[in-house]
Amino acid sequence: MSATASAPAARGPLLEAKDVVVEYGTRRKPDRVLHEVSLEIAPGECLGLVGESGSGKSTLGKAILGLVPVAGGSITFDGRDITHATGRDRRSLAADIQVVFQDPYGSLDPLMTVGDILAEPLATAGASRAEAKAVVGEMLDRVRLPKQVLDRYPSEFSGGQRQRIAIARALVRRPKLIICDEPVSALDLTTQATILDLFIELQRDTGVSYLFVSHDLGVVRRVCHRVAVMYRGRIVETGDGEHVTGDPQDAYSRRLLMASPVADPALQVERRAAWLALRSEHAA
Amino acid sequence: MLTFTLKRLVSGVILLVVVATATFFLAHAAIPDPTLGLLGSAATPEAQQALAAKIGTDRPVIVQFGDWIAGLFRGDLGDSWKNFQPVGAQIALKLPVTLSVVTAAVLLSAVLGGLLGVLAGLRPGTWIDKLVKAGAVVLFALPGFWVALLLVMTFAVQLKWFPAVGYVQPQESVGGWLQSITLPAISLALGAVVMIAEQLRNAIIRADGLDYMRTLRSRGLPQWRIVVHLLRNSAPPSLTILALMFVGLLSGAIIVEQIFALPGIGPLTQASSQNGDIPMLLGITVVTVVFVVIINFLLDILLGWINPKARVK
Amino acid sequence: MTSPLTENIDTRASRRGSTFVRLLKRPAGAVSFGILVLIVLVAVFAPLLAPYDPNFVDLSITRAPPSPEHLLGGDTTGRDVLSRLIWGTQITLWGALVAIVTSLVIGVPSGLAAGYFGGATDRIGTWISDAVQSVPGMIILLIVGANTGNDFNLLMVTVGVFMAPGYFRLTRATVLAVRNEAYVDAAKVSGLSHARIMGRHVIRPVVAPIVIQSALTAGMAMGMQAGLQFLGIGGGTTPGWGAAMNEGFRVMRTDPLLLLWPSLALGISIAALAVLGSTLADVVSVTAPLPSRKARRARRAAERAAAALGEPAVVTASTGAVAHAAVDSAVQIENLRVRYETADGEVEVVHGITLDVAPGEVLGIVGESGSGKSQTVFSVLDLLPKTGSYTADAIWIGGEDVTSLGRRDRARLLGREIGYVPQEPMTNLDPSFTIGHQLTEPLRAVHGLSGAEAKARALAMLERVGIADPPRVMRAYPHELSGGMAQRVLIAGAIAAKPSVLVADEPTTALDVTVQAEVLELLRELQQEYRMALVIVTHNFGVVADICDRVVVMRHGSIVEIGEVSQLFSNPEDDYTRELIAASLDGAESRAELDRAFVAAHAAASPGAVDGAGLAPDPDASTEADRKEVRA
Repeated sequence: MSATASAPAARGPLLEAKDVVVEYGTRRKPDRVLHEVSLEIAPGECLGLVGESGSGKSTLGKAILGLVPVAGGSITFDGRDITHATGRDRRSLAADIQVVFQDPYGSLDPLMTVGDILAEPLATAGASRAEAKAVVGEMLDRVRLPKQVLDRYPSEFSGGQRQRIAIARALVRRPKLIICDEPVSALDLTTQATILDLFIELQRDTGVSYLFVSHDLGVVRRVCHRVAVMYRGRIVETGDGEHVTGDPQDAYSRRLLMASPVADPALQVERRAAWLALRSEHAA
Repeated sequence: MLTFTLKRLVSGVILLVVVATATFFLAHAAIPDPTLGLLGSAATPEAQQALAAKIGTDRPVIVQFGDWIAGLFRGDLGDSWKNFQPVGAQIALKLPVTLSVVTAAVLLSAVLGGLLGVLAGLRPGTWIDKLVKAGAVVLFALPGFWVALLLVMTFAVQLKWFPAVGYVQPQESVGGWLQSITLPAISLALGAVVMIAEQLRNAIIRADGLDYMRTLRSRGLPQWRIVVHLLRNSAPPSLTILALMFVGLLSGAIIVEQIFALPGIGPLTQASSQNGDIPMLLGITVVTVVFVVIINFLLDILLGWINPKARVK
Repeated sequence: MTSPLTENIDTRASRRGSTFVRLLKRPAGAVSFGILVLIVLVAVFAPLLAPYDPNFVDLSITRAPPSPEHLLGGDTTGRDVLSRLIWGTQITLWGALVAIVTSLVIGVPSGLAAGYFGGATDRIGTWISDAVQSVPGMIILLIVGANTGNDFNLLMVTVGVFMAPGYFRLTRATVLAVRNEAYVDAAKVSGLSHARIMGRHVIRPVVAPIVIQSALTAGMAMGMQAGLQFLGIGGGTTPGWGAAMNEGFRVMRTDPLLLLWPSLALGISIAALAVLGSTLADVVSVTAPLPSRKARRARRAAERAAAALGEPAVVTASTGAVAHAAVDSAVQIENLRVRYETADGEVEVVHGITLDVAPGEVLGIVGESGSGKSQTVFSVLDLLPKTGSYTADAIWIGGEDVTSLGRRDRARLLGREIGYVPQEPMTNLDPSFTIGHQLTEPLRAVHGLSGAEAKARALAMLERVGIADPPRVMRAYPHELSGGMAQRVLIAGAIAAKPSVLVADEPTTALDVTVQAEVLELLRELQQEYRMALVIVTHNFGVVADICDRVVVMRHGSIVEIGEVSQLFSNPEDDYTRELIAASLDGAESRAELDRAFVAAHAAASPGAVDGAGLAPDPDASTEADRKEVRA
């Protein structure tokens, strides 16, 4: 078991997206939201995908999950081409690729108990009740929720707790990759910090890979080994997490960094000055 | 705007043709041998054959359909099988009566329903709000003819405020005309009034809780201007319902006219159905659907004006 | 996020099993349900209950008044009225049942398919539904009823067809709302097939609205049926209520009772169904009660009276402090409390806070959701939602205590003394009016400018807030703007009258980081240019560091700390403040640093192989706090 803490060794990528194109709108008037995007995720790695709204970062996650059709390029998972997997093929991927969405209110069916929500993926996979119960119990432990939550409804929990439930649901099939689509951006700051710690801990314990989509440089710096910056449907920079979030090379990445205010009045004065300089440079 | 009008025109024609076709075959299936109903007890096989030849029902149904639909496109609804007069002219004679009642009911629903809805929506929890809510629950479900019977019993028979029956042409006396359509219009409109009122009330309360209403208030706008913003944003569902109700009111008018002995489309429809006068029934259907298409067209234009997002580019 | 308490409280989930019990607990629900049970029983046991054969003619009781043998008398042809009413119940219910089942069978599956699959399925389904709705059903019913031997069941099936669009629209709308929920996507990712997703996630939310709709539809089907019988269609020899009403109508001048009985039966049945449906709807979606303004005024008066007698209404200490004299401050709040009416009674969300801001000063109010920071500024604006209300010892605006002002005078301050910039730009512009209208309307209505002056001022303001093409934006509708542009427009509107205080509620939270920087820069420039006091509500300490002079930190409706920005960041006094600043992640360890520390710690603890399996999760303090939250 390779639950090592350092960035994972090169063993060939778990997921490889090559020149992925996604278009919305009609066939006659396509609106291209992803322009030949390529990235790789290694086993046990967390790859951050940062960008602003409309940059296409969530769309890439949805394309990997098969929730939006891919118009060009290819997506390979574990050596298997899943670009256009549908029906049975797509459903069989449920064992390996899972998701945690942004909205902790919308991502849990309000009419189902937490127990039913967590057992559903297992029941779909044909697990017996006893098996399902054991796995659900284990995953609740992992996300630090007591057993009593099982017969309660999502509306009875806070945002952070719901996100823990959503994470537990993603974990029950023991996937190799979890797409995390802005999983902490709807949470309060202090809750956000604890959920990020939980993501790190789970990765160390289970060796799962993350594609971690976020608009927040601070968040991806905290959880991601590597970071890719997206801008208007293209990846403009990819690299080591510390570097991309601390000293980016691309002009847009720099503007993005300097625009994020830092929680320190003295440092923020400098950063604002740097941002103003970049802004006038960009305008010129 | 021109393409929008054209599009609506085409879709209206398609709707008309589909409904006309469906009704045609439905009527012929429901009335396999119309001569029986037309001749009544006097029907001898010879008379039946003669009549069938005269009205053309001795031909295959599909041929009859071709003739009829071709006529429809020329604006010719054919002749009645009962009195052999043109269907169009006879409907045109009865239509003003029904339209007066239905239009009066629509106006009443819009004005009274709108007023009650605004008052209740601006002051939720007050007596007027409770009245609207209670009224909407019970009155909406009660059929118009039931209300009509109640009104006739109370105001015409007991209190004798209104004529119980009959229709006065507006050319004869405007006052008499108004009197003769008041009770029928009220009995038709009562359900619609409370429905519109409740719908508008809910929409206003919903709109009042929206972010931009708070921002508008923060600009210091006087209350009546706030109400204008509220109204414009909460009117669409009520207008849609009003348009839908038009069809329901036409249906209801058929029975209500019976109760008030109004010589409108209602008695004509009923008589034609008893006689098996298919061209007349089809003509009535076509005319009403044309009105529905026009109403929906007006509704779309109105909604587009109110809500720029729904506007057709 | 700003006011979770004002949202409808969905108790469906937690108390779902007891919906029926809660229905019966309401008088309207119990009575209407009782009546319906009675009607059903009468219908089922009609053969046992009816004293006579409904079609037996006894000429001696023709138009007879009620008597011990014939409780409701005889009808025009000498039949027992009561027996005919009882048998009529059976027919009426059966007819309604046939119509509803037909409606359900057609409307619900097609609505499900249209809503779930969308595209062509949806377009075709909606077109057919619209087409059916544009045909007057009564005419078709008359055609169907004409020569088909008045087949009653066929007629009721036709009634059902005409009611199907109601179910179709309802189902489709509900499914559309559910289909885009993230949990349906999550189910797809979990490997559920379409059929399973429909069965498990999509149908369930449709059930309650359909049950409610069915109560209404049943009533309308009864009405339609009686109407048909009234016209002499679909009755035959069966003793329907509608037929009896027609008979009574013909003799209403001489024997009004003959009209009364069947009308009463029909009216009561329909009303009971309608009341049941509406009560059920109420029970399923409990909304916070709206207190009437009178009740609120009465309560405030009572509290003032209690305070005058020296008895404070609620005994808790006020938190926070002032830094300036009331008359010198731009805004000063003393002991502000905010309450909300909820389904579970009144809840206080701000527990007596005191703070102030000087002219030309930038004050930040920071806190997490539920801290009461937004409620505080809405109280200053007097723009709390209808379910909310506040009390305060004093609220000074521009050197004047405004708590004693009437509603109208208070509203007069808005737009003149105080400007407001909201959180979410896209939902804070009226979608039905152009930007130009929304900017010029207050200038004309409140500040008395002429149309041309107002337009010139609005254009100048748009120019000032950095809008590239002001004339074009003036003509645009809100949905044609980007979030950043919309927020600039809102700022332009807030400062158009040059207020002395600008209140901004999370003005950059909904914006992208690069746009946030622009908007903050703009607010800073405008604040200095007009020397306004700026109150900025935020959860982001970066924003505080960027723009604020002083900060108020709030938690659970109280102030935990007030201080100068430089002092608060370098030396926070309260633990919670420290925790919040730490959670900002600025300067926190990166993943690489965390991993290095982890390996080092592990190597020290167990020399040898680093094995994840041997690691016991070590919950940190804040995680422990989150667990307590579950138990609470």
